[in-house]
Amino acid sequence: MYNKTYVLAGIIIFVALFTTPFWTGIMSGSYQRPAVQLPANEKECVEPVEYMRAEHMQLLNDWRDQALRNEARVYVSSTGKKWEISLQNTCLKCHNNTTEFCDKCHISNSVYPYCWTCHIEPKGKK
Amino acid sequence: MNNSRRTFLKVAGVSAFALTTGVAGAAQAKIIGTYEQGDKALKAKRWAMVIDTRKFTSADDYKPLIDACHKAHNVPAIPGNQEIKWMWLDHYDRVFTDDMNANLPDKFKKGMFPLLCNHCTNPPCVRVCPTGATYKMHDGIIAMDYHRCIGCRFCMAGCPYGARSFNFVDPRKFIADPVPNPEYPTRMIGVVEKCTFCAERLAKGLRPACVEAANGAVMFGDLDDPNSDVRKALAENFSIRRKPSLGTQPGVYYLI
Amino acid sequence: MVERLLTGSKRYYMWLGFLCLLILASFCVYWTQLTEGLGVTGMNRDVSWGLYISQFTYFVGVAASAVMLVLPAYFHHYKKFKRMIIFGEFMAIAAVVMCALFIVVDLGQPQRAMNVMLHPTPNSVMFYDMIVLIGYLCLNLVIGWVTLEAERLDMDPPKWIKFFIYLSVIWAFSIHTVTAFLYAGIPGRHYWLTAIMAARFLSSAFCSGPAILLLLMFVLKRLTGFNPGEEAVKTLTKIITYAMCINVFFYCLELFTAFYSNIPGHMEPLIFLFAGHGGHVAWVTYWMWAAVILAFASLAMLIPPSLRDNMKLLPYALGMLVLASWIDKGLGLLVGGFTPNMFEAVTPYVPTFREIMVALGVYAIGALVLSLLWKIALDVKKGSGHFGEGE
Ligand code: HEC
Ligand code: HEC
Ligand code: HEC
Repeated sequence: MYNKTYVLAGIIIFVALFTTPFWTGIMSGSYQRPAVQLPANEKECVEPVEYMRAEHMQLLNDWRDQALRNEARVYVSSTGKKWEISLQNTCLKCHNNTTEFCDKCHISNSVYPYCWTCHIEPKGKK
Repeated sequence: MNNSRRTFLKVAGVSAFALTTGVAGAAQAKIIGTYEQGDKALKAKRWAMVIDTRKFTSADDYKPLIDACHKAHNVPAIPGNQEIKWMWLDHYDRVFTDDMNANLPDKFKKGMFPLLCNHCTNPPCVRVCPTGATYKMHDGIIAMDYHRCIGCRFCMAGCPYGARSFNFVDPRKFIADPVPNPEYPTRMIGVVEKCTFCAERLAKGLRPACVEAANGAVMFGDLDDPNSDVRKALAENFSIRRKPSLGTQPGVYYLI
Repeated sequence: MVERLLTGSKRYYMWLGFLCLLILASFCVYWTQLTEGLGVTGMNRDVSWGLYISQFTYFVGVAASAVMLVLPAYFHHYKKFKRMIIFGEFMAIAAVVMCALFIVVDLGQPQRAMNVMLHPTPNSVMFYDMIVLIGYLCLNLVIGWVTLEAERLDMDPPKWIKFFIYLSVIWAFSIHTVTAFLYAGIPGRHYWLTAIMAARFLSSAFCSGPAILLLLMFVLKRLTGFNPGEEAVKTLTKIITYAMCINVFFYCLELFTAFYSNIPGHMEPLIFLFAGHGGHVAWVTYWMWAAVILAFASLAMLIPPSLRDNMKLLPYALGMLVLASWIDKGLGLLVGGFTPNMFEAVTPYVPTFREIMVALGVYAIGALVLSLLWKIALDVKKGSGHFGEGE
């Protein structure tokens, strides 16, 4: 092989750079779940909290398709409770401070849902 | 969520995974609840609208209907020809372009007539849409999924009634803040929109906003039910529709 | 073969640099369109497609036109075209790239473009258009590359490539037919609702595409000395002449049906295009008449053999032909389709400066792709001795 040392050095630098996310992740310690502001007067979400935490995006996706494409605008949760399918009029009626709830968690997870370009956020947010 | 990107990555990821391991796991998240239509929802086999234009004497008479519609759906008031309209007015010869009769009574020559999406039985807009963002529901309503629309505007070229509007500019800049109806979303740059026969109101047991504002001059009901308001009105009166020769079978009738 | 892109004259690099600058500038303009919306264009509620889609349509034609070289060469074993064929195929690739870009810049939500594949809708012609365009791009890439590689190694191309070449002939017809179906199947647009649309598209493509190719070949000859062969040029010019005659004939058929039947819907777009509306003459009217004059002038120079074979006049005749077909398909088709609008009224449309800049950017990308591909082809031709005057 020509220029063995240069090639090897290049490969090592490349691998090091390529894997930086892992290194920085390991160095910076474990992920801290952000302290989100939960609804004051409510005890329960539409589904168990672990499920919501992990799957709320899928749920919203499905809600949207069911409501708009199947005209099924009522959701019967796993506990048998009925909910009107609506991002603005159901989710955000309880989670009425999106800045301290949705956004806070999303920012620390680097996801930026674009829903609010159309869906109206509750008052108090600016 | 940027649905396309998300699903694309997911599909790409799952396929890569399946290729390397030979197992295509069921990656789709489980939905643990079920769905239903709601007890109060108004139901029909084929929704249709009958507008009794005889009960309106001037353009001002239609204003409450248009205002109700545009308020209920946060329709922006954009000046110029890049505007958005779900319901609007125009002259007889613009509305009923096939009827080229120069000797009509003044009422027709000068009068204004309301226009909106016709919710056709054979909708060209649905036929041409490349993503299924506009589609026909089982009750005959031609609906829009604004989340899926890519803004290609094929539907606008396809619609023979000019019922569709495209968001050329950011609509939020042309809506009051706070929006007139905080319960309903606005739209965003780059998607097409139109009248949806107020599907979101029907689901709650309410009639469309314009019908409610019309005090009985606009009927709304099931075209497949011989006893419905609309069928009775059509049986007892002479009605016309826009561009019937195109075979689209509009669901909006005009009593004249 | 790719390494051949890296060696070139100063002029070659300056040309590439110029194109990159143009692309960069127009990308900045496109950025404003992305953030502010398509409101920066001249399109509106009634004329909802404009310059972008018309350029898309025109370049689908240019892409399809490669078949005018492939078909005689492979179906009729017309050997004289073999030297030039690779340039036609590579031009088709550049044209398809431009088509794709013109669609993307026209979308209101380009980041969702993948929805067309994620939610395939076989009832939409757009779905098929996507499939045939992607297929055509792949076909030409494979065929172009394999045949060029064979030429470089001074061998016959592998046998299996024949299958793809025959397929590409049929495919070329399909891309422009499907593109015509985008328009011809729409119920309310009088100017488009005509069964001859696909035939018109093909005929105009088969004259304008090869004409563009020949013009570019002349430039190439000036710059590099590559000679496509006089016989080949003459034959292709004949093909162009026939196609243009048919194209004009088809347009006249439209005129007959519209005006003899006297159906207002059929007549109105034509009247608007050529005579304006209610005493007002739109800008497009001047262009349409220019197209008429250019079309007939080019035919006058192409039909008589003595003029047609005059290599001094030929570039002018071809240039006029290209311009005429571009106005017809690249402007008139869209403006006529949307005027009068669905309310039988007139809504004006004029492309804005930013719209034209974005379109220029796409042109520049097309030119860049073409330059790079042709550079490879030329170098290979030089190496294999198929370059100068003789064989
Ligand atoms: C009836 C009021 C109510 C509604 C409606 C509601 N939530 Fe909740 N949500 C809650 C409460 C209360 C909690 C906290 C539950 C707990 O900690 O046990 C919660 C928790 C959550 C969490 C987890 C937060 C964490 O602690 O990590 C998410 C995510 C969430 N909700 C999203 C949604 C979405 C999305 C919707 C609409 C589909 C929705 N919620 C509708 C009341 C509601
Ligand atoms: C406990 C933290 C948490 C809270 C609270 C939370 N989310 Fe999320 N959300 C996430 C995470 C993490 C993701 C990314 C998951 C993924 O991409 O698979 C996400 C993704 C989403 C997505 C999909 C975004 C995309 O681009 O794919 C939507 C939509 C969404 N959340 C809506 C909401 C709404 C609305 C609320 C408030 C009612 C909310 N979320 C509250 C953690 C949270
Ligand atoms: C282009 C504008 C737009 C964007 C962006 C948008 N929506 Fe919507 N959404 C709408 C409209 C309009 C409706 C229709 C409301 C109706 O008919 O009831 C709707 C309805 C819905 C519904 C069902 C019914 C309802 O009223 O909530 C859900 C759930 C929903 N959207 C979720 C989302 C989520 C999650 C996001 C972000 C990832 C999002 N939407 C982004 C415009 C938008």
